[in-house]
Amino acid sequence: MPDLGPYAGYVLTSYAATLAILAAVIGASLRASRRARAELERLEERHGRGRRSG
Amino acid sequence: MSSRAAASSIWEFANPARFMRLSGALLPWVAAAAALCLGTGLIWGFFFTPDDYQQGSTVKIIYIHVPAATMAINVYAMMAVASLIWLIRRHHVSALAAKAAAPVGACMVLIALLTGALWGQPMWGTAWAWDPRLTSFAILFFFYVGYIALWAAVDDPDAAADLTSVLCLVGSVFAIVSRYAVYFWNQGLHQGSSLSLDKETNVADVFWRPLVISLGGFFLLFLALLLLRVRTEIRKRRARAIRLAAGEGA
Repeated sequence: MPDLGPYAGYVLTSYAATLAILAAVIGASLRASRRARAELERLEERHGRGRRSG
Repeated sequence: MSSRAAASSIWEFANPARFMRLSGALLPWVAAAAALCLGTGLIWGFFFTPDDYQQGSTVKIIYIHVPAATMAINVYAMMAVASLIWLIRRHHVSALAAKAAAPVGACMVLIALLTGALWGQPMWGTAWAWDPRLTSFAILFFFYVGYIALWAAVDDPDAAADLTSVLCLVGSVFAIVSRYAVYFWNQGLHQGSSLSLDKETNVADVFWRPLVISLGGFFLLFLALLLLRVRTEIRKRRARAIRLAAGEGA
């Protein structure tokens, strides 16, 4: 860990906040993707649509 | 390949099925490259660069603040182009791309504003000032939020795409102002660009190299999220079409 001196709080909070925001948007995007894929598969199965959209 | 043929092949990717095939193949590679670039840039910048003689260790904030701010403006510019394509050519993938990009762009503005405040407090003595660049960034954030809210508020997807496209184009004025505010108004606390094609105005090489890698990482992360989120939007649209055809409602 580098010596951040008197500004350690500002630097560490900046990195922590950035990583938290990025983790949140990545997590939300993955969850939405899984939900949409499951919902489409369920509908295609129920209504007999053969071709899936990837 | 002639320019006409090249242009027509670009438009073929506006076909959702073709987009799903191409994006499915690209996504794992783009995500891996994003993780590699972002990890390298941030670890290099945080652990292996010296303090600045004036700013001390706060200079390490540059590796997240500058890429996030750059992406915040460029994501909005991409949304404006996609919105224009929707309004002119009615390609659904372009409208969905603008919709998919907005939450990622809003996160980039939020990161830029937060890290800017945390950098400004020790260096300027204040976390916020009504400086032209800071103020235009705050307005840009509200345009992002308004754009996302408008998509959520309108049930009909084509009507939502029309309305949000117009809003996006109006807001693009603030994206331009955010980019050039420090030049339009030669006042305020915020400095000029940290990165430039003109080598004289760049930051020192020791900071520049990890900064460029981090910038590449932020760009690749945005691209990976964009591909993932557009794929989600296409699936949701297809699910809606199946429900409507089956008489189940949207």
